[in-house]
Amino acid sequence: MSGSIQDTFFEECEELLEATDEGLTAIEGGNHDPEVVNAVFRAVHSIKGGAGAFGLDELVAFAHRFETVFDEVRANRLELEQKLVQLLLRSSDHLCDLVATARDGGETDEAHHNMLIAALDEYIPEEEEDLTFEPMGLGGGGFAPAAIDLPTAPTEETYRIRFHPMKEMYGTGNEPFFLFQALKELGDLEIKLDDTELPGFDAIDVAESYLAWDLVLTTTEPRDKVEAVFEFVEGLCELSIEGDGDAEADAAALAALEAAFGAAPSVEDGEAAPAPFEQPAPAQAPEAESAPAAAPVADAAPAPKADTAKSEQRGGPKPTLRVELERVDRLINAVGELIINHSMLAQQIANLDVADMRDVETELEGFKNLARDIQEGVMSIRAQPVKPLFQRMARIVREASSATGKTCKLVTEGENTEVDKTVIERLSDPLTHILRNAVDHGIEKPEDRESGGKNKVGEIRLSASHRSGSVCIEIKDDGAGVNRPRVKQIAIDKGLIPENAELTDSEIDNLLFLPGFSTAKEVSNLSGRGVGMDVVKNAVTGLGGRINITSTPGKGSTFTIILPLTLAVMDGMVVSVADQTMVVPITSIVETMRGSDDMINNLGADGTLLSIRGNFVPICDVAGALGLEKKDDQPPGVYLLVETETGQRSALAVDDIHDQRQVVIKSLDGVCGEIAGVAAATILGDGKIAMILDPESIIAASPSAAAFDTERRMNNAVAS
Amino acid sequence: MQSQVEVKHGDQEVKHAQFSEFVSFTVAGQAFCLKITQIREIRRWSPVTILPHAPSDVLGVMNLRGAVIPIYDLSARFGLHQTEASERNVVIVVAVGGKPVGLLAESVSEIISINPDDIQDTPPVDSRYTMEYIQGIISHDETMVRIINLDAVISVPEQVMM
Repeated sequence: MSGSIQDTFFEECEELLEATDEGLTAIEGGNHDPEVVNAVFRAVHSIKGGAGAFGLDELVAFAHRFETVFDEVRANRLELEQKLVQLLLRSSDHLCDLVATARDGGETDEAHHNMLIAALDEYIPEEEEDLTFEPMGLGGGGFAPAAIDLPTAPTEETYRIRFHPMKEMYGTGNEPFFLFQALKELGDLEIKLDDTELPGFDAIDVAESYLAWDLVLTTTEPRDKVEAVFEFVEGLCELSIEGDGDAEADAAALAALEAAFGAAPSVEDGEAAPAPFEQPAPAQAPEAESAPAAAPVADAAPAPKADTAKSEQRGGPKPTLRVELERVDRLINAVGELIINHSMLAQQIANLDVADMRDVETELEGFKNLARDIQEGVMSIRAQPVKPLFQRMARIVREASSATGKTCKLVTEGENTEVDKTVIERLSDPLTHILRNAVDHGIEKPEDRESGGKNKVGEIRLSASHRSGSVCIEIKDDGAGVNRPRVKQIAIDKGLIPENAELTDSEIDNLLFLPGFSTAKEVSNLSGRGVGMDVVKNAVTGLGGRINITSTPGKGSTFTIILPLTLAVMDGMVVSVADQTMVVPITSIVETMRGSDDMINNLGADGTLLSIRGNFVPICDVAGALGLEKKDDQPPGVYLLVETETGQRSALAVDDIHDQRQVVIKSLDGVCGEIAGVAAATILGDGKIAMILDPESIIAASPSAAAFDTERRMNNAVAS
Repeated sequence: MQSQVEVKHGDQEVKHAQFSEFVSFTVAGQAFCLKITQIREIRRWSPVTILPHAPSDVLGVMNLRGAVIPIYDLSARFGLHQTEASERNVVIVVAVGGKPVGLLAESVSEIISINPDDIQDTPPVDSRYTMEYIQGIISHDETMVRIINLDAVISVPEQVMM
């Protein structure tokens, strides 16, 4: 089945699209380095090549136009002015859509597609508009781009090529052999191996590249075509191509080169016996050791592989491995089990009646440390940089800007901050919403900005950073800030707060997160989709994080999202409730205290309040809220003072506190449905399962919570 | 009925050998059986962690090599009395929809070979549970063994409480 190959293609497409986006963003930022342009060109070219192989005609046709325009840019026939860059960015977005459509099925936006094609065509010179696309040769290096200009009449010319690969070239799976083969297709080729740099056998570093080649090529093909052969090893080798015609012009350069090489042997003077083409292979022997893995790759894999490797080079090459997430999760499970197994083993050994256990204990300690190391290592596999997420956000801002007629740019920081993969996936929606809001409501119209003395282009800054065990994501715009009088009025109009409520500035800002709040005057098709900021807040809370807003009128607003590093591990307090061991997330606990009778006050028929330093806090009996029966009638011994998201305080009554430790979170999805009061489960050191409690829903389920009517809750929410 | 059984169990084993193997066990004094290929493992009962607000036939959850699996009391599920679980009881781990699930039974009896032709239809009785959960009966050593319709007993995802 071609299915799996196609899957691989789409996975690679993701990476290539990321590379494209990254390159275009750099170009937009003013970096017109040929290397960046080339990287984008290569990425688009690879997408086209793969798409051609799978018969995805629409994708091929579009990628081809995209690529052709880029080829013009590359050849310096087009200037990267702002309008073109914007078009290219939109084209890159559309390319994403086309890839997604090809993968998941569905319809593309025909009008948009045709509009972009027409716009791109404007930049393509007439004669190149025909759409002949040659699928990429599987054989090797000669991927001449589809669009070749033919500046001169074909005359035979001789090129002297000095080619000295660096060791990095072999690392990317390139093979000199294929390059020579491609050259040979262009005309007569003489090859001479230069092994003067080869050190004595004992001094050879197998990973180093010592060999160089002097090539003499006689061909009718233009110089571009010769250079194109080396396209994909550019920057990975020392290369000089001297044509007969331009020899004089380049004499100075040659002299410099010769100086650099210590008088390179002349190729012309006949002493260079015409080497048979096969010669490099045996001569390569010392290197063959260095590139055994690379060779088959170059052989089997078509160009995209090499392309990807090359385009990733710029960010510092880090070999990566693509693994199914499920395999990692299985590993995480197994490691968790290993740690539990260790503590059980330790318990059993401690119970043995042995006089001298010091040796065993030392070994056991070593075992424990190793297990922890493995656990940390496995956990870190799940961590991913937020970069791809941020790159997607750039598109959101672009689209939102063009939909609202505002000009904004997204500046990202800390893209390499690593966050758990699940967190990244689930952050996409809330971030999209916040950014759309920022463009729609935050950033002012260009003319308003100018009259306000601001830069016409609004700036939205998206940054990620690690902050003491958690991840901090900040979205900061330089727009108008929250219009507090209006926000307050809307909240009053919608009955969210009492008319006479006295609110501080920050309280008004936080009104935005109340359910049913939407400030858009008219429902724009952008952010007014009937979804308010409360959805954003819920999404963030669902990830165990919290969100905050600060705003300065006229200067802009900042949303701060604080998230836990991982969803897999959590700090918890181990407590016992009605003979069951349970875990309460430490993040929600403000304070713990041992209770005494005189701290408990009755209120009404069955309401009880705990007095803490003069404040009265409702008591919530955890056992009762969970529907568990207590064995005896002893009053609960310990109270955990918790604060909910809305700022409401409550004292959770439990029997005892045992420990505070990191627990591995096990989802109960698929095991049973949603249970009120329980967030997840974990496995304790003795192999037993303990429920991880969700204080918020326990308080909601507790009978005494009924005493809190909605108005009271609302006021508490506002007061937070 | 015979053809129905064939359809439901129309996998390799049935086709290869005429006889298929079932594991028989007792629940509340009655003999039941499950196809051996449906069973992942059989474990000794150990106390489980209670799920709050769970119905009476859900005993709780157990740690199966790092996975959290729910344990059902088969007896309560069949509308019989609740089992007072002890060390002598067993948990039969089966996979329903790819998810492991534990079933508490009194004890495991033996492995029996059954000719599909010998499976009889469940006679109509006035019990909803019986008609739903039992897909056929067979006579073995002069006792009646009930074949459990696993998919009907455990429907995944199980909604314990919303």
